[in-house]
Amino acid sequence: MLSQKSKVLLFSLCTLLLWGCSQAPRTQGLVVWHWLTDRQDALNDLAVQYQEKTGIPVEFKLFFPADIYSQKVIAAARAGNLPDIFGILGEKKILGSFIKAGHILDLTSYMEKDNHKWQNSFYPQTLAVTQFKKDNFYKVPPGTYAVPIDTTVMQFIYNRSVFQQVGLDPNRGPRTFDEFIAVAKQVKENLGIDGFVCGWGEGWLLNALATEWAINLMGEEKFLNTIAGTVSYTDPQWIKVFSLFMKLKESGVLASNIEKMTNKEAEDAFAKGKAVFSFNGSWAVNVYRQLNPRLDYAFFSLPEVSDKYPEKIWGGAGTSFMVHARSAQKEEAVRFLEWITQNLQQEFLVLKTNNLPAVKMDPEKFPSILKTLGNDLKMSVEDFPGSSPRPELEKLTHPNVWPKNEDARVIEVMNRGLQQIIMGLKTPQGVAQEIQAVKERVSQL
Amino acid sequence: MNGKLRDKLTSFAFVWPALLIFSIFYIYPFFYTFILSFQEYDFISSPQFVGLSNFREVLFGDKEWWPSMYNGAFITFWALTFQNIFAFMLALAVDKVLRLKKFYRVVFFILPVLSEIIIGLLMKQLLISEPVGRDVFNQFLGRLGMGFLVQDWLGTDRVRLITALVHCWKGFGWAFVILLAGLQSIPEQLYEAARIDGANAWHSFTKITVPLVMPVITLVIVLTILGTMQAFAMILALTGGAGGLTEVPVMRIYNHLRFSLVGLACAEGVILGIVLILVSFTMFFISKKIREKYGVLPS
Repeated sequence: MLSQKSKVLLFSLCTLLLWGCSQAPRTQGLVVWHWLTDRQDALNDLAVQYQEKTGIPVEFKLFFPADIYSQKVIAAARAGNLPDIFGILGEKKILGSFIKAGHILDLTSYMEKDNHKWQNSFYPQTLAVTQFKKDNFYKVPPGTYAVPIDTTVMQFIYNRSVFQQVGLDPNRGPRTFDEFIAVAKQVKENLGIDGFVCGWGEGWLLNALATEWAINLMGEEKFLNTIAGTVSYTDPQWIKVFSLFMKLKESGVLASNIEKMTNKEAEDAFAKGKAVFSFNGSWAVNVYRQLNPRLDYAFFSLPEVSDKYPEKIWGGAGTSFMVHARSAQKEEAVRFLEWITQNLQQEFLVLKTNNLPAVKMDPEKFPSILKTLGNDLKMSVEDFPGSSPRPELEKLTHPNVWPKNEDARVIEVMNRGLQQIIMGLKTPQGVAQEIQAVKERVSQL
Repeated sequence: MNGKLRDKLTSFAFVWPALLIFSIFYIYPFFYTFILSFQEYDFISSPQFVGLSNFREVLFGDKEWWPSMYNGAFITFWALTFQNIFAFMLALAVDKVLRLKKFYRVVFFILPVLSEIIIGLLMKQLLISEPVGRDVFNQFLGRLGMGFLVQDWLGTDRVRLITALVHCWKGFGWAFVILLAGLQSIPEQLYEAARIDGANAWHSFTKITVPLVMPVITLVIVLTILGTMQAFAMILALTGGAGGLTEVPVMRIYNHLRFSLVGLACAEGVILGIVLILVSFTMFFISKKIREKYGVLPS
């Protein structure tokens, strides 16, 4: 028989255990979940400013790395514990699932209020990443479901100091693929440093580059038809795209073991001047500043492989925030997002975090390295700060603005195939056949 | 309430917290994984029953699943042979050492205690040249006057073997500790009696040590197979899969989960689990037969 003391002890233990499973009490104010390690301080500063202005506290909770953040958001959605504002990483299909499950508030009415005032303040391409059109592939009700807070683009980067050392014009990056290889070779021969570093151990960087070259070579329509399944990956133009990676390998300009390199390692190598070229996102500006503030570099457009079709750059909204549709404070959450995307706050983020803004802004206000990039992307608005939009950032493209994403299994085989080409294990033709085989198989499932 | 029932309830009161935790974190996920393997699911939408489609996809459709199993088996082969034989030899040596036994035990157990990610990143720095790594190993060889051995250690030709050896290097410590415990449990009197009967060291080893330590060897073999076939973090940090050359089954499961192909990942998990259970039972069966042959077990 249990003594009275033991019973009390057992009861207390059980109560404690059950208490631990209960939902944590919500604090007053808004809670925002994000994964942006480099922006926590800037976001906290904005939270303080917002509280001073409105009296409403905003707490930015940082979770990283991105994989862990994604798992946390999914777990919270399933447990009904999502914060007032959060971001979703991954394919548009996942965003669609969140919307269909009723987790995300449709922001269309807020965006269209006052003659589309809020909507028109953004570069259209940054909004498009989280917009769903009528009769979309994902069967999501049409609308705008997120608020972008910055713009990200994938660009080539070159080390200006290295250019100067080998007698090249530091104000002009290579324009064509052949010129790119020639310069990389020249640098390697003269200075002994690698021609190109990139985090190709992470397949998505290979995929982004292959996408850009594919669109440049065959045009966006044919590229999208491949995803739709009406053009084969064994098409000669696709084989030519894969052959570009073979040419890069054969030219000897790639850093050794590039297929095992993470993006962090590539960023570190480029920042320390160990390679003349890299391919990275515009977030690199902040990374390079932290790794080597004296690094002298500049962005340049995709080295063209054809002049038949215009080049497209993988980019759009870098970070978008969604409002939890079941939040008791959803109206306040929308108001906060409206505030954070006003020009003053966006300017603060641009200067503090070195990321391109999501709202239309005069590139003259950007830090110098971003100014060049902004002008290259035609980010300036003719009648700034007026409301009439023009096709800003016309160069940008992103899987989330295409009619549908390519199946993850096809992308997986493509990324691995490109790594195998770089490693000398497979031919472009062999890789093309493997990709097409998977494409046909998954389309039958 | 009679006394017997009260006793049972009292006993259960002490057991149920552990039982509850075990059920929530082990039993439920096990069955849920099995259920999800028959469904198409992305963590958020409602699961859709798809029958055996995920299993068909893994077993007959996915061209990379069996190569990843081969890679896992390749590393397991090296772990079973090189790692375990080395661990056994070391355990035999330390068992005979009279002093500093505890010191050796601690020293050799440091590696298994370290994080797999740390080991992977550390070895990457040591084995790969600039700009990814620091090329420490090659520089060391150069200074020793063995420049002819300098090479790209994680190059295409040898990345799989080096990955296996790094795994062995990290893993031999725990095999060593378990085997040493097994060796120390053999009564010293048996060796003394054998010596009096004229047995030499080889006879003592083959007729006493091996048969008596066989249950422990079986355990180490089974744990090695289970552990190595599920190896993941170290390989991810060291090579990232090396274009499929070092991609192991858990890496595929992880990638498919990242792509929200939950049903497919669960089917892969179930298939890997079944293979490992079959291998484990086979090993126990073989071990039992060996022990029967040696007369350790009553036949």
